[in-house]
Amino acid sequence: MVDLIAKTPCADLLPIKVEAVTLSEVTPEAITSIMPYEGKWEVASEALKSAHGITLPGPGRSTGKGDIRAIWTGAGQAMVLGARLDAGLAPHAALSDQSDAWALMRLEGAGGEDVLARLTPIDLNPGVFKRGHVARSLLGHMNAVIARVGAEAFEIMVFRSMAGTAVHELEEAMKSVAARAALR
Amino acid sequence: MRIEGYGRIDRDTPLNFSFDARNFQGFKGDTLASALLANGVRLMGRSFKYHRPRGVLTAGSEEPNALMEIGQGAARTPNVRATMQEVFAGLEAHSQNRMGPLRHDLLSVNDLLPNFLSAGFYYKTFMWPRAFWEQIYEPVIRRAAGLGSLSGQANPDRYETGFAHCDILVIGSGPTGLMAALTAAEGGADVILAEESAHFGGRLISEAEELDGQPGPDWVAEMLEALHETGRVRLMNRTTVTGAYDGGTYGALERVGLHLPMTPDLPQECFWRIHARQAVLAAGALERPIAFPMNDRPGIMMASAIRSYLHHHGVAAGRKVTLFATNDDAHRTALDLMAAGVEVAGVMDSRTDAQAQGDYPLFAGAQVISTRGRQALREITIRQGGSEQRIETDCLGVSGGWNPTLHLTCHMNGRPVWNEDIAAFVPTEGAVPGLTPAGACNGVYSTSRCLSAGVAAAGAALQAMGAKAPEMEIPEASDSPGKARALWLVEGKGRAWLDFANDVTSKDIKLAAQENFRSVEHMKRYTTQGMAPDQGKNSNIGALALLADATGRAIPETGTTTYRPPFAPVSLAAIGAGGQGKAFAPQRFTTSHEASVARGAPMIEAGLWYRPSYVPRPGEATWREACDREVTMVRTHVGVCDVSTLGKIDIQGPDAAAFLDFVYANMFSTLKVGRVRYGLMLREDGHVMDDGTTARLGETHYVMTTTTAAAGEVMKHLDFVQQCLRPDLNLRTISVTEQWAQFGVVGPRSRELLNTLLDSPIDNDSFPFMACGEVGVAGVAARLFRISFSGEQAYEIAVPARYGDALYRLLVAQAEALGGGAYGMEALNVLRIEKGFITHSEIHGRITAFDIGMDRMISARKMCIGKPAASRAGLQDPMRERLIGLKPVGAVKQLTAGAHLFEEGAAPVAANDLGYVTSVGFSPTMGHFIGLGFLSDGPSRIGDRMKMVDHLRGVETLVEICDPVFHDPEGEKLRG
Repeated sequence: MVDLIAKTPCADLLPIKVEAVTLSEVTPEAITSIMPYEGKWEVASEALKSAHGITLPGPGRSTGKGDIRAIWTGAGQAMVLGARLDAGLAPHAALSDQSDAWALMRLEGAGGEDVLARLTPIDLNPGVFKRGHVARSLLGHMNAVIARVGAEAFEIMVFRSMAGTAVHELEEAMKSVAARAALR
Repeated sequence: MRIEGYGRIDRDTPLNFSFDARNFQGFKGDTLASALLANGVRLMGRSFKYHRPRGVLTAGSEEPNALMEIGQGAARTPNVRATMQEVFAGLEAHSQNRMGPLRHDLLSVNDLLPNFLSAGFYYKTFMWPRAFWEQIYEPVIRRAAGLGSLSGQANPDRYETGFAHCDILVIGSGPTGLMAALTAAEGGADVILAEESAHFGGRLISEAEELDGQPGPDWVAEMLEALHETGRVRLMNRTTVTGAYDGGTYGALERVGLHLPMTPDLPQECFWRIHARQAVLAAGALERPIAFPMNDRPGIMMASAIRSYLHHHGVAAGRKVTLFATNDDAHRTALDLMAAGVEVAGVMDSRTDAQAQGDYPLFAGAQVISTRGRQALREITIRQGGSEQRIETDCLGVSGGWNPTLHLTCHMNGRPVWNEDIAAFVPTEGAVPGLTPAGACNGVYSTSRCLSAGVAAAGAALQAMGAKAPEMEIPEASDSPGKARALWLVEGKGRAWLDFANDVTSKDIKLAAQENFRSVEHMKRYTTQGMAPDQGKNSNIGALALLADATGRAIPETGTTTYRPPFAPVSLAAIGAGGQGKAFAPQRFTTSHEASVARGAPMIEAGLWYRPSYVPRPGEATWREACDREVTMVRTHVGVCDVSTLGKIDIQGPDAAAFLDFVYANMFSTLKVGRVRYGLMLREDGHVMDDGTTARLGETHYVMTTTTAAAGEVMKHLDFVQQCLRPDLNLRTISVTEQWAQFGVVGPRSRELLNTLLDSPIDNDSFPFMACGEVGVAGVAARLFRISFSGEQAYEIAVPARYGDALYRLLVAQAEALGGGAYGMEALNVLRIEKGFITHSEIHGRITAFDIGMDRMISARKMCIGKPAASRAGLQDPMRERLIGLKPVGAVKQLTAGAHLFEEGAAPVAANDLGYVTSVGFSPTMGHFIGLGFLSDGPSRIGDRMKMVDHLRGVETLVEICDPVFHDPEGEKLRG
């Protein structure tokens, strides 16, 4: 009997470190898209809470408890990261397994904001984009989900197929920012 | 000449650099212009048209003359303003637009032909004869007239783009800008302070002015400290705000590494998009020249620039300086120079009532009427009353007053307003929403009033944001803007330059008016005034004043030309940095990418995806050999192909079936769970949008596949239908394309191969054609679809993408053991043409279901998108070009896609065009080329011979029209 070998999206690409900033891969237990049916947002949110302890996040926000998190990803849509979803949610919401669809990266360290500012048009000012905030935006020319997960930490999600480009773009920005920092 | 005790340069850090291969020394803090002046170099370039010797005119980004090439080889940058380029160790600068050495430019012969090269000479000269244009005029004149040259090589330097955000953007850091920034920050706003030069402080660095009893530069340093302490101000020096755009967006160019020796990974420049809720424009003003005869010699420069070089760089621009001014302000230059020990030979003030402000020879009511000095100024001739006299001088400072730097306020089509009191244009109110002009750029000229204006503008910006303006103390400063009286032109013998950069003189303006180019916009284009790199910053107002005079109109009536972004030159490398190289387009790789590359497969782009063109084997010399082998391999054994790039959309919900019935032409509510159906999707105009298969995985769960090309378009379409056309239907859609790695296993031995890997084997009865279901492959939950794009018995197996690499390698290895192997896009294409299956080569946007023989798929039992439009008579005309197959029957055995079809005896011209070829390939199965195409009334012409002509490639052959399905028309193989 053969065993298929699993490979993560950034397996051969990460981690990388340029001066103070590191980029590493995050591999949550599972990613599931959840899209409550008509009029079922509240019900689905309640069901999610009783099954997994978190509610559905509002626009531009995330919720979380322990290893499980829900990230808003669009109108009436969220991704739950960190656990396989309870099948009891299915009557309330369309669930799709997206565990392998996304490359999830963590950008951490002083200057991370400057790195992202080379690639995404959103305002990352800590007073504006706080921990728990999420945006669907651009990373270079790629669609991306960007979330602040700490004072100096962001998570970035891009399509799995684009992992190579995303890592390349982030690494180039990390080098630029480091070279600027060295001038000071 | 350096002056001890003056300047903000670091005399402990000497820097060696070269200009035209001569070595010089400057100091840290020097610009190239200041360092050259310090070394006594006054000749810095040649003019655009006449190749006249030119020296530096200004000390800022508006410099029209001192343009140079910086760097060597591929990294060479032309047209760099020496006033902006900071000196660094090893800097290499070269003069440009010359033939031979700068001092003996052979093209200066042009200077003898001013009458030939006057305004409009292009238009007049190139009327005749036509053949001369490409052969003589263009090459010769392009060579003679111009600026620096590009290296012709790809730029190896790093550039970047960036995004910045703030509450209040302050543009300019003179007294106005510094006060505005501090006010804004103390009012609680996050501030970006953008300053074009390397140093903050604006003119305060360039003047001998005191604020609160301390020297200007000291006050600036204190202010910077105060700004830093607020923790709210991002200081961006070397940053030119280049444009004002919609919604509070500003473009800005930052010089990051241009002032340093090559540093690894350091960008040369960064093009910023700054988003600001409010902005304060504190860009100051630009001193304007006076057009007097022979006013362009090296050594003639702006009076304020002389002060800048003295106070900022500790450089005296001459040893024996004269001034020609229309205002009190310029007299400061004389006072400052004398204080520094430089001789001032005379101040010519055009006002008869001018008063001397110090102990220098004042010539009131005097004008400079000529100058001498072949390569640099030696002497001037002045006229005072009725008498003329000559004065020996090596540097003449000129001041015709000041023009507010209001450019950004005009970027949304705001037109400046003429202010007679200061004889200058000032910004029109509210020209750019959220942007408040303040200080000198708003026509306020005294330091004291600028400080107050900065506070007021920032206060207004804070209030617009709903914040409170803080109480600010205004420092004590000079409050005398001085008197002035405008003077635009001094009549006399010789040319009087207006636009130094494009060699436009006062005569050119008059000529334009005389030849009826009376509108300022026409005059500009006829004379090219204001079209050089400085964009008329030194000449626009002077030129339109002369045009007003020549056309008998007032200045405000004549108006200005349109100010457009960018305010200062922006390198394309900076603007395009975010889209260069790999950043141009993301690369999408399938999970099998590495395995394909390892097998030597050339990867071709399919949208953003990369797919193997073919998978060569040893000994195969051409792609055709590989392709033919792969096609035969699939038809006789088994092939494996990655099809993950096709769009996959999860459709779930109680109304999923009704939704699919609405978006597809055919019926999907009747599809049984565990079955797949081919679907055709129409646009609202009745033409085909896309096709693909959709599987019913559960009662309320479908998964739709789209073509690779239209995956995004179909997803968008489904969103639109859900949100706008059928909000009554309760369902949800989401892309799952990236979740699944999906592989086609194709050929008569496909089932045999799969059964070596599936946890429970399948057979033809339990898994017939168009079945689908969940299976286990090596213990992993997978989806299996029995669908075929080749006409063979075929399956597609989908696993979570993490297993894609492993499964692909396994499938290929097993296939090879069975006499098969991997195949690529070329073979995939031939296989589908043999079977008459369409792609977007056929459904290219102008094709209806009727045209491809699928009109009966539009279900009569329901409504769908495109159904009413598709029923229009014109879309069902039998004479429409309809799908057919082709094979060559003439001497030439080749078919080409894009060729057109004609009757055998007809001339191959547009009027006789009856159709065209969309897809071709050599079919190893049939033993000859086959093709698909569209032909008027095609299905009725099967068996006919026609002429195929490819005008582009020069291919012509006879073809036989045939049924589009060449291989296994009964479809026995795919069911077997």
